[in-house]
Amino acid sequence: MSLSEETGYEPDPASVTGKAPPVHAQTDLLVIGAGPAGMAAALAAAEHGVQVTLVDEHPVPLRTMGEEVPLHFGGRMAATLGNRNAVLESVLQSHPQLAEASDAGIDVRLGTAVWGLFPHRPTTQWISGHVAGLADEEQAYLLRFKQVIVAAGRRDMGLAFTGWQLPGVMGASAAYQLACTYEGLQARTAVLLGSGDEALLIGNALQDAGVRIAAIVEQASTAVGATHLLERLRSQGARLFTSHVVQQALGDADGVAAVRLARIEADGHHDADELTTIECDALLLGVGVIPAIELLESSGCDIRFDAARGGHAPVLDAAQRTSIPFIYAVGDCAGIWSTKSQGSAIAAREGVIAARAAVRALGAPLADAPADSPVIPDVPARDIANERLAWVRATVLQAPADQMICQCEEVSAAEILALRPPRYLGWGKDFGPHGSAVSDPLGTHPDVVKRLTRAGMGACQGRRCREQITALLALGAGCALDALPLATYRVPVRPLRLDLLASLPEVPAMAAHWDSWFGMASQWVPFWRAPPQYTAAARGSNESVASE
Amino acid sequence: MNRGATAGAAVIVIGGGVTGLSAGWWLAREGIDVLVLEAGVIGWGASGRNGGGCSHHHSPLFLEEQRLWPQLDELLGYPTEFQPNRIRIALDARQFQLYRRALENGAHQGFHSEVLDAKQVRELVPYAPDAPYGGYFYHFGGHANPHRTVQAYAWALQDHGGRLLQHTAVTDIKTRAGKATQVSTTRGEFACDQLVIAAGAATAPLAARLGVSVPLASARAEMIVTEPLAPMRIGGVDGNGLYGRQTLRGNLAYGGGPHEWVEYEDCQQTRAHSTVLQSSIARRLCQLFPKVAHARVIRSWAGFIENTPDGRPILERLSSPQNVTIATLSSVGFGLSPASGRAIRDLVIEGTCRFADLSTVKLDRFAHLEADWRVMQGWLPAGA
Ligand SMILES: Cc1cc2nc3c(=O)[nH]c(=O)nc-3n(C[C@H](O)[C@H](O)[C@H](O)COP(=O)(O)OP(=O)(O)OC[C@H]3O[C@@H](n4cnc5c(N)ncnc54)[C@H](O)[C@@H]3O)c2cc1C
Repeated sequence: MSLSEETGYEPDPASVTGKAPPVHAQTDLLVIGAGPAGMAAALAAAEHGVQVTLVDEHPVPLRTMGEEVPLHFGGRMAATLGNRNAVLESVLQSHPQLAEASDAGIDVRLGTAVWGLFPHRPTTQWISGHVAGLADEEQAYLLRFKQVIVAAGRRDMGLAFTGWQLPGVMGASAAYQLACTYEGLQARTAVLLGSGDEALLIGNALQDAGVRIAAIVEQASTAVGATHLLERLRSQGARLFTSHVVQQALGDADGVAAVRLARIEADGHHDADELTTIECDALLLGVGVIPAIELLESSGCDIRFDAARGGHAPVLDAAQRTSIPFIYAVGDCAGIWSTKSQGSAIAAREGVIAARAAVRALGAPLADAPADSPVIPDVPARDIANERLAWVRATVLQAPADQMICQCEEVSAAEILALRPPRYLGWGKDFGPHGSAVSDPLGTHPDVVKRLTRAGMGACQGRRCREQITALLALGAGCALDALPLATYRVPVRPLRLDLLASLPEVPAMAAHWDSWFGMASQWVPFWRAPPQYTAAARGSNESVASE
Repeated sequence: MNRGATAGAAVIVIGGGVTGLSAGWWLAREGIDVLVLEAGVIGWGASGRNGGGCSHHHSPLFLEEQRLWPQLDELLGYPTEFQPNRIRIALDARQFQLYRRALENGAHQGFHSEVLDAKQVRELVPYAPDAPYGGYFYHFGGHANPHRTVQAYAWALQDHGGRLLQHTAVTDIKTRAGKATQVSTTRGEFACDQLVIAAGAATAPLAARLGVSVPLASARAEMIVTEPLAPMRIGGVDGNGLYGRQTLRGNLAYGGGPHEWVEYEDCQQTRAHSTVLQSSIARRLCQLFPKVAHARVIRSWAGFIENTPDGRPILERLSSPQNVTIATLSSVGFGLSPASGRAIRDLVIEGTCRFADLSTVKLDRFAHLEADWRVMQGWLPAGA
């Protein structure tokens, strides 16, 4: 390694300095997600001569879908989804603008997930510029970018009831995606949980796609979404159950065959005499749509709970810019509200606004640009924070039995609230006064609860339990949902095979100076041989050392 | 020592990492009125982001580390997930040579290790490569779960009547007549008879307020975690330039490789982010455990960590102000924490450590340290 021109001293050979990996490709603007928002952004930017790379993780390999990634697919993928070419064909058909994008010179990469965004910042500056980690089925690689527009969409809030691990219990958005993007939803009759606009819109789309919506279940005393959306479903035979929750999904290894609903009494209890059983092969969780912020949060963008944006969403300026100036968020991951969900226009407008800001930031000419008027969310018609609490209270806390909230790590609601260590530790004693996630001020932090109970630490990366856990803690502590901090997201934001991750190339210096820890000889000199004085000049350098 | 008022304590400990919490627990066990002040949430510093390794045979605290870990769950009353022993696999002759030092240092202090041939490695470690160069089975050391350990110290300290305040950052230290008498925090003033500064990298700026110069530099280090895999009989297996363990749940949690030097001030503005270094860690983990190369990585994390110029701790009771004890473990403080806390207890109560010779971890070894030592050692941010 060469001496630093500035200081005259060699940089620490065991540090990252000079070991940046080769980067596979570069782009000016990376757009993540080829839905309406991302597509509009990519096309608008390309129009101004900017080099654009557009990636979308769809089509997702069948096996990955089986692991509930990126959505809670509930195993209801049709067998046809095993045919990669046919699947690609459906995805292309459902994204008619993809051809336009290719024609516009956009580098389109389908079946490619972005598993991490790595901005250059004072504490991570060993790699020059900003890079994204990408992976498809065969390889992982790095892409350097100057600006990035995240259009990563949405996810569904999970909700635990007896039998919710059965195939067929799935996110409403997941069902929509399987039916409409993949033409491969294996379900005939569905029960829809939730009556907000987002749930009803999906219900209608599925009905149009040939899935009968047998019932709509709402914990509140009236349906909360738009009347015309509700009536359209009811006119086609959907029954509405207000003041009801799911008590149990019934079925076997093939999946849900029926669902048992319970009426909620005035005191909140399930009325044991008013149970209704409805046959169905899919149970759609539509109690909350969640902006997919994991890339934004893990890369350090400011996030806050904003009821108008559907929960935890990035803090944005008028140009859709996050707190990190070269990262933008558009479409559902920037916030979800009713009028936005009714069509693609608002999402697309956000895309165009962000694209223009990115074009400007890239220094490309932007002729006769009128000032873009910012997108403002609807004034919330509903209190989504309290709605989510109400769903968890009525479904989980009032359930006749303790519910398994985290399916991957098998952690129940009672275990979360009691901060109980995982069963495999076999810790017999209870934690006495400390055995509460909510009475102990040390405990009521989703990350602390996660670390101690392991809820949310599993292979689905908390996609199905994260919001429920937070709601459970808020209910336990008697505080508002937004009073609790958000559990952090971690890279890779999609489970990534070790050998794929390992396949990124390295520079030779990486291996030449690899040590398990700081590679400092003096650190490991046993105390009985440690010299009495230490100076930098006299230090032994470049000795081969193995740290512990 | 008199019991302090509510807005104070006989002993105030700054820093709710493993060092400060362990010290608080050891003091509380003696019935001493102790208050731990933590700027954020306990364990949010390096203490909640480390590999959980407990094998520090180079340290004067080693014997006590080894004595305490096997009984720590019992002493604390809460689980730490401690698992004894460690296997280290060498994939080439150089690694084999380097990993021998642990055997020698262990032997010097009365601990036994075995040298393993390829066949023995394969038998002990089902995920190991078909033809490893060799390895060691150290019958000492081990690993624990850092999160559980942090929480166990905190609960145990409270069980003994100690107090802990989170979200309380110390902003200043007041002295009178050669003693530290009071700390100012974001939540008011707290008086003390004795003060312990165990604040990780912040130990330097806090000590500077007392006119004491503590040479420290901050760096960022990373780890990765896979989905759970079938547990191996012995989870404490590492090597090939990695440290880490298979957790009792079955996840592989490993780190290693280069660190990134950072400015202390920059760490105050952000949490530690992981980078694509995780790929290089994954590469070596695949080499170490090729049989599970298909396992999925589901998390990574990074932590900021402080180092002294020679990488050895500073653990001493100052001569001026003489009621202040400072403790930085210089990037290897998790495993040593049961012992470092006890050493701090001794320093606070008796003025000297009864069970270990701390002469090699005193500040005065840096009496002749160059002012620009960081520059000379090349410990500067990568872009500098
Ligand atoms: C990736 C990684 C892997 C590691 N692996 C191992 C390992 O395998 N084995 C091992 O032994 N060690 C390991 N370490 C090192 C080990 O984690 C640390 O040495 C140890 O946790 C230090 O504990 P501490 O309590 O001294 O400091 P910290 O954990 O840094 O705690 C200091 C605390 O002080 C608080 N604080 C700071 N300023 C103030 C203020 N003004 N007022 C109040 N509070 C303040 C901070 O918020 C922080 O919580 C690793 C570290 C990292 C990052």
